[in-house]
Amino acid sequence: MSIGHTLLGLLESGPRHGYDLKRAFDEHFGQDRPLHYGQVYSTMSRLLKNGLVEVDGVEAGAGPERKRYAITDAGVTDVAQWLSRPEKPEPYLQSTLYTKVVLALMTERNAAELLDTQRAEHLRLMRGLTERKRKGDLADQLICDHALFHLEADLRWLELTAARLDRLAETVRG
Amino acid sequence: MTPEGSLLAADGLHKAYGATPALDGADFSVHPGEVVAVLGPSGSGKSTLLHVLAGIVRPDSGTVRYGDRELTGMNDTERSALRRTDFGFVFQFGQLVPELTCVENVALPLRLNGVRRKEAERQARDWLERLEVEDIRGQRPGEVSGGQGQRVAVARALATRPRVLFADEPTGALDSLNGERVMTLLTDAARDTSAAVVLVTHEARVAAYSDREIVVRDGKVKDMLAGLQ
Amino acid sequence: MSPLRSLADRRTSRTDPGTAPQHPAPARPRSRPRAWADDLVMGMRFAAGGGREGWIRTALTAIAVALGVAVLLIGASVPTLMDAWHGREKARENLGQRHEPPRGDTTVLYASSDTVFHGQAIRGRLVRPDGAHPPVPPGMSQLPGPGRMLVSPALKKLLDSPDGALLRERLDYRVTGIIGDAGLSGPAELTYVAGSATLHEPSGYRIDHFGKAWDPPPMRPPAVLLVIMTCVALLTPVMVFIGTSVRVGNEQRERRLAALRLVGSDVATTRRIASGESLFGSLLGLAAGALLFLGLRQLAALITLWDINVFPADISPGPLPATLIAVLVPAASVLVTLFAQRGVTVEPLGVVRNRPAVRRRLWWRVLLPVLGAALLLPLAREQQWTDSPFNTVRLAVGSMLLLFGVTALLPWLVDTVVSRLHGGPVPWQLAVRRLQLSSGSATRAVTGITVAVAGAIAIHMLFTGMQAGYTEAYAQSSKERPDLAYWGHTDSWRQTEQALAALRATPGVKSARGALTANIGQVPVPGHPADDTGYMTIAVGNCAELRKLAALPSCGSGDVFLTDQRDKDVIRPGATIDLNPRLIEDDPPEPHPWQIPHNTRPTHLLSPGVGPNHYSFDLLATPSALDIGRLNSSDMELTVDYDRNLPDAIEHIRNTTAHIAPALYESSTVDNPHDQQLSSVRNGLFAGAVVTLLLIGAGLIITTVEQLHERRRMLSSLHAFGTRRASLGWSILWQTAVPVTLGLALALGCGLTLGALLLSIIDNGVTVDWPVVAGMAGIGAGVILFVTALSLPPLWRMMRPDGLRTE
Repeated sequence: MSIGHTLLGLLESGPRHGYDLKRAFDEHFGQDRPLHYGQVYSTMSRLLKNGLVEVDGVEAGAGPERKRYAITDAGVTDVAQWLSRPEKPEPYLQSTLYTKVVLALMTERNAAELLDTQRAEHLRLMRGLTERKRKGDLADQLICDHALFHLEADLRWLELTAARLDRLAETVRG
Repeated sequence: MTPEGSLLAADGLHKAYGATPALDGADFSVHPGEVVAVLGPSGSGKSTLLHVLAGIVRPDSGTVRYGDRELTGMNDTERSALRRTDFGFVFQFGQLVPELTCVENVALPLRLNGVRRKEAERQARDWLERLEVEDIRGQRPGEVSGGQGQRVAVARALATRPRVLFADEPTGALDSLNGERVMTLLTDAARDTSAAVVLVTHEARVAAYSDREIVVRDGKVKDMLAGLQ
Repeated sequence: MSPLRSLADRRTSRTDPGTAPQHPAPARPRSRPRAWADDLVMGMRFAAGGGREGWIRTALTAIAVALGVAVLLIGASVPTLMDAWHGREKARENLGQRHEPPRGDTTVLYASSDTVFHGQAIRGRLVRPDGAHPPVPPGMSQLPGPGRMLVSPALKKLLDSPDGALLRERLDYRVTGIIGDAGLSGPAELTYVAGSATLHEPSGYRIDHFGKAWDPPPMRPPAVLLVIMTCVALLTPVMVFIGTSVRVGNEQRERRLAALRLVGSDVATTRRIASGESLFGSLLGLAAGALLFLGLRQLAALITLWDINVFPADISPGPLPATLIAVLVPAASVLVTLFAQRGVTVEPLGVVRNRPAVRRRLWWRVLLPVLGAALLLPLAREQQWTDSPFNTVRLAVGSMLLLFGVTALLPWLVDTVVSRLHGGPVPWQLAVRRLQLSSGSATRAVTGITVAVAGAIAIHMLFTGMQAGYTEAYAQSSKERPDLAYWGHTDSWRQTEQALAALRATPGVKSARGALTANIGQVPVPGHPADDTGYMTIAVGNCAELRKLAALPSCGSGDVFLTDQRDKDVIRPGATIDLNPRLIEDDPPEPHPWQIPHNTRPTHLLSPGVGPNHYSFDLLATPSALDIGRLNSSDMELTVDYDRNLPDAIEHIRNTTAHIAPALYESSTVDNPHDQQLSSVRNGLFAGAVVTLLLIGAGLIITTVEQLHERRRMLSSLHAFGTRRASLGWSILWQTAVPVTLGLALALGCGLTLGALLLSIIDNGVTVDWPVVAGMAGIGAGVILFVTALSLPPLWRMMRPDGLRTE
């Protein structure tokens, strides 16, 4: 999953300090692996370099970094492109998909759209696998089945998420 | 807006049950020999779309065109006749007549089309053989397994060599292996006879047997093929 | 607290009272009867709160039980009804006292003046009190004065109606009151009691009280038959209907019972709960049945059968039968429920049907009707029906075995016939296959039709046969005796002459002849028994009248003739005979000797013999030949020939005779009172059969619709396939038609056999009323159409694509 795009997406709802960004990230996406502050700092530096964010202001205070970052127009476009681009279907995709869904909601984009797009991509791969399975030998069938079940699990989760979008929207926006 | 060369096409379908809209401006098309998966969340109008496309339910507005005929302009008798001759159906379960033997069940649509009993049952046996359930032809649906029953149902749907096969969750009551086999047999048979297949399912692995999928959401149809290209 | 939960608690605590630490307060183990009662009550609660299906089942059970209870209560009322009817008749009548009381302050002259008006019998009584304190029959406070009468409400209505104009002429007394119910045998009875100023002995006889102890005749065999057959024919369909109704919504109930098993109730408990459910419907039905009975008995006032017409209040079952009905009928419905569950084990996760496939064996099914016929045949071959308890039981058991044999034969017949059917068009195939797979429910319902129709045909034949018998007898005698005859007491030839004149002046009368007749005998010789000579008769009339009886060469006033039929030992010219022969053995009257004139000539009678329009006299005399006053109880005998094409001619003649003497007896064959009664019974029977068949039809509809409901999905998919509605409609028609047709065929065969046997038992000719048989078959066909027609709307509904929804 892309930390850069995630942080950019978080900035889209308003300028934040680096520390705020870490906290927001940890809260929504970090699960049991919180972001190191250094990752935030280096990511922000790269984004600054690419002109996707800008420093909105500096606050006086004790901590090491009091810069406040804001997203640029280029940054917004970049997030949009990232969100609408289906992920290459692969096992254990959920975290990325999850991040995308939450961000789509936080930025008031159409999450259902995102799910449909992703499903189409998944299905494209699954069709290939199904076709291969039909023509292949037992080994092929087993391998394809393994992949198919994982892909299906992704899609199931997507369906479920779509069904829960309303509730999720309340949590995230609230 | 009907794509060139399509066998069955629908344009701007609206259908409401009471105050609840089931279809709200849905478009659809399928070409001969094409397998289209109809996806979408529960209650999105998948089944309604299938029923309207098959002429079982008349839409409130919009048109369904089959070949050069307007389905929505036909009366019930004409639509029933069309369903008997040109369409085939597979449902999730409970579609076989429990009193008839498997071969009689498969022969039923042929006989409804006026084929004589002997001939109908001969053809039915061929179809049962093709779907690998020839051995249970003398048994009643209550005496066979779910997978066998569903194969009988597929055989029955294909027996009239329909131009369009409508399948509504055909593997919904089956385990993976049986579901897969049924889908393989169904799509193979459909391709062999150049039948178009409209496949309503909520399972991705089943949808993977399709050539393309459409998504029904809030009564509207989204053609993912167009979106991807 | 949900019932399920409470049951779980209870069950656990009962089976394991000590170790239930999770329960804060373990309930004490319940006593066994207590637990049983609780289970039944819980079942009743399910029935009352079991949703729509539960209510439908409860309502149907209640209706079925109500009908059964009503029929049984009416049947159980027959003995009390007959007692009450006879009791009323006994209390108001006095047919004459053996030792006539001496004339006094408390005696009354009493005579019967029955008449017939437009075929309806009217009971008439004349009274002439001897003193100030005559006896008064029940229903009136005092006897009517001369020229006045008290009438029954029904007679009052008839007299007041325009139709009663002719009758008013006949009964030209002033109506001064209504006879109360106590003086009537039934509410529809036509009767009057009139005061007469001219009534005298021997036209009337003297009595000093009303009410006489006489034993009612035993119920006539047709009545016994009718009651037994009606109960059997009506109860069987009702039982079948109960059987159908307790099975309604079975699936839902089994699911619920399975849920109860899951929370720990045992099999016996689930059975008790199921029993409780049907018990609820039964108890409702019991109450409804009692109400229905009270309503139905109000109709009794409108029915007259074998001259029996009773008051609704007279129809009440004895306490013992009533109690038995109240206990046994609900118990029976519970038994039916348990019977329906035989072979079905409710397991926690569903229902296990371990009922082995029923092999329908033929031998015992044939045995039942054969046994029934074997019981009835000897009865039929007996010359005369003897009303012994043994015969009655044999009759009842035989009829029931024959009828129930049909119900046993039908499933076998349906199975056998259906298993041989194949081929045919799609609807036919669907129906036949359905019946092959499970003909049980359809057959069960049809069984009811079979018994009802067989019973109705048998009873109908019984009535038709009796009616035909009567009609034939009346037609026969009308042919032989086309005339009306009247006789009654008279004192003088003058009165007879006047009567003849009056009759000849009556419109419609073609001719009338008459004579004064009396018994004559040998003069008793002291010490010699007088009755050796037998009775001889003398006819007195003027020459014109005598010429109508015998060929007279010449005739003049004072002539006497000896007939060729005379007792030649006694009746000789110059012999002395007794004009006042003794009629009662122990009461020898004073002899009135009279010498037959020497110039008496022989003659021969024109139509001698016994029977209608035949007569036999020993002597013919002109009025002046002897003193008529010395004759013993002289009667006038009048014969009238009239124009049958003139409407009401006979009523005019009756009016005339009533004015000659109200107590004149009429002997005629013009009115067949049985015809009208039997016709009304037959109509009622037909209506009853229709109602029964409709009831069965309702049961069939329930079964069919439930079946359709279970197969909703399949029907929808068949519709998706483009199956025509008509095809499925036809299949329902065939599905009903095959068992019903077989049932009707069996019913016709059995009904005709039973009817023929019953008619032979009462020694009546066997006739088959083919229109009625056709009518029954027609009703059967109607039921098929009715069931099909009413099943079609649900069928259309089930065929809607809603049934295809998976979500």
